[in-house]
Amino acid sequence: MNEIHQEDTHRIIERVARESYGRPVAYLSVHTHDLASAEDALSNALVSALNHWPREGVPKNPEAWLMTAARHSLIDVIRHQKVVLESEPTLKFLTENSTEMSLSTSTQFPDERLNLLFVCAHPAIDPGMHTPLMLQTVLGLDAARIAQAFLIAPKTMGQRLFRAKTKIRSGGIPFEIPQERDLPERLDAVLEAIYAAFGLGWDDMAGADHRGRDLAEEAMWLARVLLQLMPREAEVQGLLALMLHCEARRPARRDVKGRYVPLSEQNPEQWLSPLIEEAERHLAEAFQRGRVGRFQLEAAIQSVHAERARSGRTDWAAIVLFYEQLLKVSPALGTRVGNAAAVAEASGLEAGLAVLESIDRDAVADYQPYWAVRAHLLQKIGKTGQASEAYDRAIGLAEDPAVREFLLQKRG
Amino acid sequence: MQFALMIYHTREEFKMRKNDYNHPHLGAWRAYYKALVAAGVYVGGNALELPETGTTVRVREGKRRVQDGPYADTKEQLAGFIILELPSIDAALEWAARCPGASIGAVEVRPLAPEAMRRGFTGE
Repeated sequence: MNEIHQEDTHRIIERVARESYGRPVAYLSVHTHDLASAEDALSNALVSALNHWPREGVPKNPEAWLMTAARHSLIDVIRHQKVVLESEPTLKFLTENSTEMSLSTSTQFPDERLNLLFVCAHPAIDPGMHTPLMLQTVLGLDAARIAQAFLIAPKTMGQRLFRAKTKIRSGGIPFEIPQERDLPERLDAVLEAIYAAFGLGWDDMAGADHRGRDLAEEAMWLARVLLQLMPREAEVQGLLALMLHCEARRPARRDVKGRYVPLSEQNPEQWLSPLIEEAERHLAEAFQRGRVGRFQLEAAIQSVHAERARSGRTDWAAIVLFYEQLLKVSPALGTRVGNAAAVAEASGLEAGLAVLESIDRDAVADYQPYWAVRAHLLQKIGKTGQASEAYDRAIGLAEDPAVREFLLQKRG
Repeated sequence: MQFALMIYHTREEFKMRKNDYNHPHLGAWRAYYKALVAAGVYVGGNALELPETGTTVRVREGKRRVQDGPYADTKEQLAGFIILELPSIDAALEWAARCPGASIGAVEVRPLAPEAMRRGFTGE
């Protein structure tokens, strides 16, 4: 076998691992409740694929091959654990289905990733760990990569993931889709966790709450998986629409010299119209379902901004209306600050400032967008002294050097 | 809990420490300091003079050894430190990421030793 062919095989393994990581992990852990072992088993299967595929060729159904290999690996692990009595039902499940699976390469195993997503965002798990768990168990991201995105020491992230998985295994967290009564709340937690990976909390006229998560691609992948599994949930489509709108503006957010460009100064021609169109399709479908929620409203606000590409103007009155609805369902800090900025545009600077003033000062001590919007409004009103103070706070709280530079220039 | 943010500068960053008080680099630092104080987390800290002004002392077998320059000859050098009072290491890392020094050089975050250990060292 020549080298080029080997490289191709490696690439195929990488792609298969990425695209179908979550399915075997979900399938195995639904029956064993043991995420860590399921992941170990899949890792072993991937190593085995690296050994076999370049020599024997890539199997017709790579996913089923990996599944079978992972299953065998898991059987070995459980047998070594010597807790035979307790693991008897698990072993039975694993061995019973094993032969049939390896015989037929076309056998499909059920997609249990939805169960897995609900387990990762279970209320008994620390909310801060919902997103890292999803990224690891559904997408196969390693702890070090997740740690970068969440600004946590890699070793600490590894320990926290380990603890969360132990809790899932021993804490009796059910691997099942919540009942109808609990579904809206439980689904919210899943959506929140996916959105947290996206990490673009705020991106408006003068403030930026970039958490530097840099996992937009992963978050959109998760949202697409979720939509595939729950095609009739309006908020799932709302979330995907919101992320697509934000993603569409990525190329316009920096100028050629790498300087930060706020939304109001972005050139709409640089926005990615296929993403905007896709976002609009999802949002229209979501609205038709008649169950408006937080993510649809946030997407609607972004949709009004996107309209500027066609009309050349921003309908701030419409944005304020959406914010009013949004505040009723989700009065988060970012929403209140965004509302103040929109009110300032729609009804004047003083009105916008009044909305800002109504926010508790303790809550905004380290919230950068508040200070950026405040500085912007005060400067426009002509209160330069107070504006300069607010700019300093916004600059001091900024993490992105480009945003810091932009605000330093505006402060003058 | 108290944390030390130890700020390591590159050579270029040390060069930016001119006496020009309108230099954007200084503006960013001043704003960062203001934000720390306003958030109520600042305990203390200071900038250090340039690394070449350092002198390193060792005593070995009763003999003094004095060396020009900083303790370690590395590309990035200790340039200053800040002590913060914060609830967790997570919050300390957030503030480290906001530090202007983090976007060019590096910021090391380390918890201060607990009170019991401090008493062991000081005998107080």
